Amino acid sequence: MTNGRTTVLGAVRRSLGRSDADSDAAMAAAKARIAAHPRGLLPERSRCDPIAQLDLFQAQVEAVDATVVRLSALAEVPQAVADYLKSHNLPGDLRMAPAAELQALPWTTAAPMLTVTTGKAEPQDVSSLTAAFAGIAETGTLMLHSGPEGPTTLNFLPENHIVVLKSSQVVGAYEEAWERLREARADEGLPRTVNLVTGPSRTGDIEQTIQLGAHGPKRLHILLIEDAG
Amino acid sequence: MQATSRSFKDNAHQALNDEQLRRALDNMKEGFIAKRAKAAAKLPEFDALRDQARDIKDHTLENLDAYLELYAEKVESVGGTVHWCPTADDARKAVVDICQAVGAKTVTKGKSMIAEELALNEHLEANGLIPIETDLGEYIIQLRNEPPSHIIAPAIHLNKEQVASDFRAAHVDLPADRQLEEPQQLVGEARAVLRQKYLDADVGITGANFLIAETGTSIIVTNEGNGDLTQSLPKVHIVVASIEKIVPSLEDASAILRVLARSATGQEFSTYTTFSTGPKRSDDPDGPEQYHVILLDNGRSRMLGSEFQDMLRCIRCGACMNHCPVYHSVGGHAYGWVYPGPMGAVLTPSLIGVDEAGHLPNASTFCGRCEAVCPMRIPLPKMMRHWREQEFQKHLSPTAVRLGLGAWTFVARRPSLYHFTTGLKARVLSMIAGKRGRLAKVPLASGWTSHRDLPAPEGRTFMDLWAKQRRTAQRPGQETV
Ligand code: SF4
Repeated sequence: MTNGRTTVLGAVRRSLGRSDADSDAAMAAAKARIAAHPRGLLPERSRCDPIAQLDLFQAQVEAVDATVVRLSALAEVPQAVADYLKSHNLPGDLRMAPAAELQALPWTTAAPMLTVTTGKAEPQDVSSLTAAFAGIAETGTLMLHSGPEGPTTLNFLPENHIVVLKSSQVVGAYEEAWERLREARADEGLPRTVNLVTGPSRTGDIEQTIQLGAHGPKRLHILLIEDAG
Repeated sequence: MQATSRSFKDNAHQALNDEQLRRALDNMKEGFIAKRAKAAAKLPEFDALRDQARDIKDHTLENLDAYLELYAEKVESVGGTVHWCPTADDARKAVVDICQAVGAKTVTKGKSMIAEELALNEHLEANGLIPIETDLGEYIIQLRNEPPSHIIAPAIHLNKEQVASDFRAAHVDLPADRQLEEPQQLVGEARAVLRQKYLDADVGITGANFLIAETGTSIIVTNEGNGDLTQSLPKVHIVVASIEKIVPSLEDASAILRVLARSATGQEFSTYTTFSTGPKRSDDPDGPEQYHVILLDNGRSRMLGSEFQDMLRCIRCGACMNHCPVYHSVGGHAYGWVYPGPMGAVLTPSLIGVDEAGHLPNASTFCGRCEAVCPMRIPLPKMMRHWREQEFQKHLSPTAVRLGLGAWTFVARRPSLYHFTTGLKARVLSMIAGKRGRLAKVPLASGWTSHRDLPAPEGRTFMDLWAKQRRTAQRPGQETV
């Protein structure tokens, strides 16, 4: 493919009227911008105190047909999951992300009616539980990423997706979530997949009527743990 | 492809006299326009964000050679492969080679305008592979053997009864007496049918809304989640993307994403924005083992440094066609290639040549709405005028030029429709004039007064030329001349 590369880059440079010195200058400019990765304008609505930010997050999530319940501790998650599945007449089978924090929860004592298995999604799975990396208030968006603790298929294959998010993970704008991810990953670069998820799956392809549950989850339910005091 | 065998008369009849299409296009007008206006009004910074988005893309295009190199280096450093493809043929060959190397049989596809540009489905089929579109709109038009009629809503020209009858014809294993009256039933059926296809596919192909040089990442933006199943279940993920999709950093991508969904569907953010970087890592429980990027030029590099460079800022939101009176009259198929509406009128001649598509820039009332709503502030009417000048200078088919070919002529030759669109023009004008009732600033006012005369009934008919255009459109292998 060296040939294709030379051809494409040559054509681009010719059209831009580049000399060799110009190409070097362009490379320097590009590298400088990437190194600085400056933030642009952040919407005013995302610049608020943490309490207002949580409220904005919740309001935005609800505006896109997802649901939120607030819990005061992680330990309440098993019961909240059981309640949710029951309220929608769903079976008590749950496919859970193999995340240490979720696995450490008191499933057998707090929610004995649930059958919890971990791993990536299987075609027959009806409900999944995953842990978010961040919540972004400006549009009610979740950031989830792949890794040993986060199979991507859990976010898309089951019809019901339940997500655990801590209030300390909620930020105002997308850029703040990226900054946290960069810090968390240090030199590792991005994971294979980062999903920004805003509400359950939908389509407007038939007469522009919005239908939920096109291919991904029909329901998105967020358990928001208020851990920030 | 079946669409070519349909006579123009049938297509034109559908486009112009079909009540169903009229309803669909009216529905679209109200839907998309009102939703975009609402989303824009809800974000006070919207116009400032448009300026910023334009500036990011301008900077990237000015330094595109550097960003492409840095991007490709990054992709390879995380175990992905970049296939640099100067032409559509190179891209088609690269895709088939990857599929054949893994012994693929079925290929699922997320929505990709580049794949449409490549006529990739036909090419895959010709090589013994079975492509399956997974975006609901694309799936429907694949069943019908039709090209998309809109870049973000490919099946916008159809109603639910048509979709129901297509599903009955295609899904013969399902009970004949099942209910398919409601959109929810149709969506449910497509969901169930496609579920198994995702699981069976050997290769998943998606497009990319952006490529990030900083991280070597490709981004897809969807509402259905089909692209995500397409790219996470099969062993191989192929991204088909053109060179102008590059942005420098995650911050730059985020900044432009803020104007994309708002301009396209009027959502504040699309449901799924997915960032993919390389294949699955050794300790990932799922994800593809191979990650390939088909990096396509196919005429874009020629636009750099020309009066059409600004067009390369386009993020394919569809706002220009959603607000275009000509598109509202004739729909997307009339434009004859994959990109309809104002953006198509500029891009199509750039990519397949003014000889083939020189009439498209005339399919305009020069009302300026497209430029007014374009999130990337692309001066579409100005560029349409550039094309018209170039076409004129080349003395292409003088009769054709005199006729003022294309959809506009066709409209103009049909009195009821002409009145319909001129009525729209009047409404657009009064909208621009606002409360003062004066037209102090009609964008490109000369475009109004100097637009071509009504056609004389002589020379080649529009139908001949349109039919020729359709035939060419079905052979996009020729676009690399
Ligand atoms: S030209 Fe502008 S409005 Fe039209 S699709 Fe491209 S970005 Fe959107």
